[in-house]
Amino acid sequence: MKINLSVWRQENSQSDGSFYNYTIENVQSDLSFLELLDMLNEQLMAKGEIPVEFDHDCREGICGSCGMMVNGQAHGPQKKTAVCQLYMRNFKDGDTVTLEPWRATAFPVIKDLVVDRSAFDRIVAAGGYVSVKTGSAPDANAVLVKKTDADQAFDYATCISCGACVAACPNASASLFTAAKISHLALLAQGNPERKQRVVKMTQQMTAEGFGDCSNHGECQAVCPKGISIDAIAQMRREYIRTKLPFG
Amino acid sequence: MAFSSISNSEKSKPRKSESRKSDHVAPPAEMWQSSIGKKILTGVTGLGLVTFVVIHALGNLTLFFSAPTFNYLAYVIERLRPLLYLVEFSLLGLLLIHIAIGIRLYVGKRSARRIAYTAYESAGAPSRQTLASRTMIFSGLLLGVFLIWHLATFKFGPVYRVPGSTDRDMARLVFETFQQPIYTASYVIVLGFLGLHLRHGFWSALHSLGVATKPSVFMGSDDLGRAISIAIKGLPIAIYFGLLG
Ligand code: FES
Repeated sequence: MKINLSVWRQENSQSDGSFYNYTIENVQSDLSFLELLDMLNEQLMAKGEIPVEFDHDCREGICGSCGMMVNGQAHGPQKKTAVCQLYMRNFKDGDTVTLEPWRATAFPVIKDLVVDRSAFDRIVAAGGYVSVKTGSAPDANAVLVKKTDADQAFDYATCISCGACVAACPNASASLFTAAKISHLALLAQGNPERKQRVVKMTQQMTAEGFGDCSNHGECQAVCPKGISIDAIAQMRREYIRTKLPFG
Repeated sequence: MAFSSISNSEKSKPRKSESRKSDHVAPPAEMWQSSIGKKILTGVTGLGLVTFVVIHALGNLTLFFSAPTFNYLAYVIERLRPLLYLVEFSLLGLLLIHIAIGIRLYVGKRSARRIAYTAYESAGAPSRQTLASRTMIFSGLLLGVFLIWHLATFKFGPVYRVPGSTDRDMARLVFETFQQPIYTASYVIVLGFLGLHLRHGFWSALHSLGVATKPSVFMGSDDLGRAISIAIKGLPIAIYFGLLG
């Protein structure tokens, strides 16, 4: 099939960008979306033009490197899918697909579709860790965790930090990302010692990075490639309320 | 986690994190600054305001019963003056906090995404994004303006007396007001926006307090918003079409 692409191209973080139109012929329906971009880049390089820059690594939906707005939706039209796992069978012959980078002040565009997501690293560095004793491995089952808590903590731990939640949020808020990290650790005994300072420090960092505040639009949970629920955000708020209580 | 390895000289430097002494119980000022604190304050003040709206609406319904009952209720409320002042000042406080944070959220959201998307589309369920959620700032500000108008019309409006008494005849004022077509129509329209505001607001407030995690709460909020709006609209519509009095 034939696919028309309208791609945001931007030289660097200082320059202004604009859309460029390209057409790719003979696209197989079992190609991944990133393979389509590979085809585009081969076409461009053959003509001596500069290829379109985009992030990717595993191409298996597990590393969180990839991500872009595909026709106005983070990671494209398929639910619970990173853009590397989006296949061309989701599109029709002659479709025009608009590609934009994640847009958030806290995620400056580096080039074309690549944004700098190191703000996420700094949020995690502010408190998304646990302190453990080093030395010999602890006994198995020394720390008991309820099955339901373990399952939920695991769901939150599946966050791949791709940034789709920020990209799709009308407020460019990083609440789902930050909440997934906080709530994951809040449910586990290992996360307990730093429990109170974690929620305060990570959310302070989130604000300091320039992310917007949450308006409970819940758009984030609809685009998360791992399907993380905004229950994580409710839990993050309970963690915050806990810091205000003299007990708890 | 894998992030881009290309470094950007200016942006990749760690930004200064705000220095705050206390990690534990912090003063209310901390909540005013905190991203979550703001949501909690918005939620609590919003729930306080909606409680008042529901009580107010229930009070209005006494007019369906009879004009003297309605006037009697107004009289009793007048008699509770010191308490009335307390309630009025508390409501004003809740309202100002609610509005101030709402405006800050809106301004913050604008600066958090300076370049708008050329193409943007909601991904659909389980997104909670609705017309109501997207227009909170506008429906809210409209309600603020309406409130001033509403107080000017009724609370600070013309004072009629119940014949043969010194009591204020509020029922007559209400009847006269809602016999004017333009007034009644704009009133009903603005109350539609109240419904819209509450359809997202009620659920959102509960989520901000960390208690609403079930889809049923989201649905319930939608219904409650509509129900409150319809209950309040009932009175002006009934009066206008001569179904009362
Ligand atoms: S490239 Fe690793 S998640 Fe898409």
